[in-house]
Amino acid sequence: MTSLLEVRDATKRFGGIVANEGVSLSVREGEIVGLIGPNGSGKTTLFNSIVGHHALDAGSIRFGGREITELRVPQIARLGLLRTFQQTRVFRGMTGIENMLASAPPEGTGLAVMFGRSQPREAARADDLLQFVGLYEKRHLRAGELSFGQQKLLEFAMALMRSPRMLLLDEPTAGINPTLINNLVDRLQRANAELGITLLVIEHNMPVIMRLARRLYCLAHGKILAEGAPEQVQRDPRVLEAYLGAA
Amino acid sequence: MSARGRGRILAALLLAATVAAPLVVPALTVQFATLWVMIILALTWDILGGQMGYNSFGNVVFFGVGMYASAIVQVGLFHDVGAYTAASGTGVYPFTPQQYYVGLALGILAAPIAAVAVAALLGTGMLGLRGHYFAIGTLGLGIAGGEFAASWEYVGGASGFLLPVFPGAYETRALFFYGLCAALGIVTFLVLRRLYAGRFGLALNAIRDDEDKAEALGHHTVRNKVLAWCVSAFFVGLAGAIFGNMNGLIEPREVAFSGATFGVWMVLMALLGGKGTLWGPVIGAIVFHVFKELFWTYLLGWQRVALGLLIVGIVLFFPLGLLGYARERWPSLFGRQAVEGAKR
Repeated sequence: MTSLLEVRDATKRFGGIVANEGVSLSVREGEIVGLIGPNGSGKTTLFNSIVGHHALDAGSIRFGGREITELRVPQIARLGLLRTFQQTRVFRGMTGIENMLASAPPEGTGLAVMFGRSQPREAARADDLLQFVGLYEKRHLRAGELSFGQQKLLEFAMALMRSPRMLLLDEPTAGINPTLINNLVDRLQRANAELGITLLVIEHNMPVIMRLARRLYCLAHGKILAEGAPEQVQRDPRVLEAYLGAA
Repeated sequence: MSARGRGRILAALLLAATVAAPLVVPALTVQFATLWVMIILALTWDILGGQMGYNSFGNVVFFGVGMYASAIVQVGLFHDVGAYTAASGTGVYPFTPQQYYVGLALGILAAPIAAVAVAALLGTGMLGLRGHYFAIGTLGLGIAGGEFAASWEYVGGASGFLLPVFPGAYETRALFFYGLCAALGIVTFLVLRRLYAGRFGLALNAIRDDEDKAEALGHHTVRNKVLAWCVSAFFVGLAGAIFGNMNGLIEPREVAFSGATFGVWMVLMALLGGKGTLWGPVIGAIVFHVFKELFWTYLLGWQRVALGLLIVGIVLFFPLGLLGYARERWPSLFGRQAVEGAKR
């Protein structure tokens, strides 16, 4: 299988601080890959670089065989590579349904399309996906009135709305209760298995990432420290050291 | 009764009032026409200010551009504009009734084109700016427009541009312009209602709530923002063309590019009624215009103080506007679910 996402020697500096240094990773079509690492190890920076939020200082990123290093956020999103945010972001003043419909921006840029109405099949898909994450009953509530965990589920459903090829999830289970966590992990696995969406997941919750990922990368001080099967990475002494902070 | 049903009844009542107003109180026909212009200004300010969350203090530019564009076309079709404005008011350049109406029609056509062109140009340059930066950037636009027009002798400079005289009696003239203003107001309202119900409304609201998120989902945010300003400019330009003719004289600083009056009022009216709602600006414009006229009539000398107090009152007691307040207070009236689990 060819790799869907290919990051090669990515380096990103903020002033004198090196957030990512020579990071290489690849994710194959249909995989679920985990990205772990202590706080401040550069995981979110790597995500930001991949989705075009800021430019790399060195290195390259390819998605679906296409060079995307120089592209900006909306362009990359339109190629089918979407991210969710660590600090959950939904359109707070809009209802669940509106959030979903706004997540499927029109493909075209002609006036007739931009000024047009949402298609009935988009509305049907929005209903299906809200059902899928279990928020259908709350679809007419404003997103800002949902609990934090529900907002995470909504954000996930929004990302699914435009049928992405790949999702980058930044700590999808942080700050939500155990029941919802199980729910979410189950939905992530189904999105991968049933909808064929490739996932790259930043996660601190070890049991979750062990359950979810087939392969892990561990980042520490901006560099890839270890890579491989979850059990193998978990036992790696360098990983333990990075987490527990020995010398 | 459903929110939709109530909306229909409200619309029917307003339509009846629209037709009845100039017939019942003919002395106030021009006042009513001005009220329609105010409604248009508030509605169109709210496209960016309310629906999209971008406060623009420069929309009055489109008002002035529409006015001047229309005037230039109306006069330019039949006479030399420079000579006409130089001889302003002396009546050496007459218009036949036919020339008047043809000129007016083409002028009203030209106004929105000019205004949209200006909006597209300014928007492409300025709408890369986010939120507050954009707001500050727009602050000087009205003043710049006024100064530019005041120093341009071709359009009459600081003494203004006197428009062709309406070929008819005063009452006919008032009714004629009232009809134009009312028609434009209703069309503006209906067009915006349609746009807000579709993808455009969703895109604007998404930008208002979280522009980064909208980008992360692949929205063409800048294109949508510029388009929104163009829609605004389209209707403001039309309103400018009609208002200029109704007023008879285009003054560059006091009428066309008057940031201190129309420019501020359009913001206040939208805030008063409830920004980000369709009916809010309409309600705000009506309440504001009535108060303003009462202040000017009964509190002369203190009218600005009274207006200032009104603004303070709005901000303190109705930060969401009248409609916004009502919506939070009685959500079920507006077909919106208030708490989890409540019946829709």
